Amino acid sequence: MSNFETTIGLEVHVEMKTNSKLLSPSPVHFGSEPNENANAIDFGYPGVLPVANKGAIEFGMRVAMALHADITPFIRWDRKNYFYPDNPKAYQTTQSQTPIGTNGYIDITLDDGTVKRIGITEMHVEEDAGKNTHGTDGYSYVDLNRQGTPLIEIVSEPDLSSPEEAKAYLEQLRKVVQFTGVSDVKMQEGQMRADVNVSLRPYGSDTYGTKVEMKNINSFNYVYNALAFEEKRQARVLMSGGTIRQETRRYDEPTKSTILMRVKEGADDYRYFPEPDLAPIAISQDWIAEVAQSLPESANDRRQRYVSELGIEQYDADVLTQTMEMADFYDQAVTSGGEPKRVANYLIGDVNAYLNKNQVELPDTQLTPEHLAGMVKLIEDGTISTKQAKKVFEAIMVGEDPAEYAHQHGLVQLSDPAQLTPIINEILDNNPQSIEDFKGGKDRAVGFLIGQIMKATKGQANPGVVNKILMQALNER
Amino acid sequence: MKEKITREEVAHVAGLAKLSFNDEQLDHFTTQLSDILNIFDTLATVNTENVEPTYSVTENVNILREDVADNWQQKQELLKNAPLEAAGLIKVPAILDEGEN
Repeated sequence: MSNFETTIGLEVHVEMKTNSKLLSPSPVHFGSEPNENANAIDFGYPGVLPVANKGAIEFGMRVAMALHADITPFIRWDRKNYFYPDNPKAYQTTQSQTPIGTNGYIDITLDDGTVKRIGITEMHVEEDAGKNTHGTDGYSYVDLNRQGTPLIEIVSEPDLSSPEEAKAYLEQLRKVVQFTGVSDVKMQEGQMRADVNVSLRPYGSDTYGTKVEMKNINSFNYVYNALAFEEKRQARVLMSGGTIRQETRRYDEPTKSTILMRVKEGADDYRYFPEPDLAPIAISQDWIAEVAQSLPESANDRRQRYVSELGIEQYDADVLTQTMEMADFYDQAVTSGGEPKRVANYLIGDVNAYLNKNQVELPDTQLTPEHLAGMVKLIEDGTISTKQAKKVFEAIMVGEDPAEYAHQHGLVQLSDPAQLTPIINEILDNNPQSIEDFKGGKDRAVGFLIGQIMKATKGQANPGVVNKILMQALNER
Repeated sequence: MKEKITREEVAHVAGLAKLSFNDEQLDHFTTQLSDILNIFDTLATVNTENVEPTYSVTENVNILREDVADNWQQKQELLKNAPLEAAGLIKVPAILDEGEN
């Protein structure tokens, strides 16, 4: 392989789904008309009085807890100064000196099954910038709806040593954050973005190589491709006797390569200083305990509970806890009385197949946990067969009530012995030869008789019940 | 007396603030800023051991707002101050350097 060891650090920004912004009460909402959700505070007008959002602080605390971090007991805000049109105040309000959480970690599972612990240096609650769209006319167009949306920034230790590990880290981080309930972490809406730092050094060297930075990558595959390209590029430069410059590059998807944007001379100079307009925040143990109460059950805990309490296979429990939507749906269906294993099988099998086939997400469908549980109950109590359930499944996927649908479409199994016995007796009366055959040891006769019963009941007879009554009747004759 | 700040440093700080100065102005501000920094030398002679840094002059802590959205519906008013506007967007000269987050 290569003579170099790769060192990767990631700074991930996640937009939090609070109702209002970090420093103003403007709504946090994706997809509104431009500048519809911005007020004088977001626009950075002189004299405005920003007040921090308690909900954003508590969401930040949730993430810190989920990442096993220490929560900082006294937080002050800082200003990070830079000029850009999407940043109307000319500074970003952040927590550079007193991050809300420090010293956390996340465990990632590598392809060979080993678990690696990745350190998390710190987490900051801060505000997002607006959106700047470059026109082809020499102008940029600014929409400040996103300005002030609360972000949680999660800074990893440089513990990642390959593009694969970086991707595994991002996937696991996305899952952990999603299960705290603070963000839907929709990549396509830019709710999670990564700044990537990567450097190479010869094996055995005790100092890191010069790092190259790539900002704002919003796809795990892009991060992977960008890092894979950088590993090769930097190794080639070093092996040919060159030096790596400290530079900012950007990932170019069409060519799957990285492109130089600018060479950095010295560190960025953001002239941080204490934010005078916002009061500091004291976080008591009581407050931490209160927020801990509101923290939803983690993916890990749910997975273990599904295995130990509900008897679900490890692999299936993994699939059910891939997204919070799926896990919440599963929990609700089980709470609604659906038999846990059968509900799991339907979600992992038929429901997932439906989602893949139609390229939709679970919340986009009409399926409710109650309807899925209802259908499973109909199967469990013998009202419908698994074969009939296929039709009911199609119906509940488009919002029909399972019991009503089954009833209206005659999809009910005939399980009542009082109704089945006369039918069976009539068929036996009409087929004396089959009874003879049965007595003579020909089991085939039973199959023939069941076929006749099914035909007489238009396939609605419950096979288990039919079998029981038939055998009893045959033995009595 | 040696200046507390070099001309190059002043030019750098001016650049960060998007200001540009001619030679005469640079000299002027280098002297001024050096004078200001000299005052800090005087301040630094005070013994501040065991004194907490002052981050804010108020004693307020935990002034927080509940997470309730309220749209002030100020779009039209706010955009009146934009030099140029197009379809509800603020129109500004394009900047080629990538933005920060």
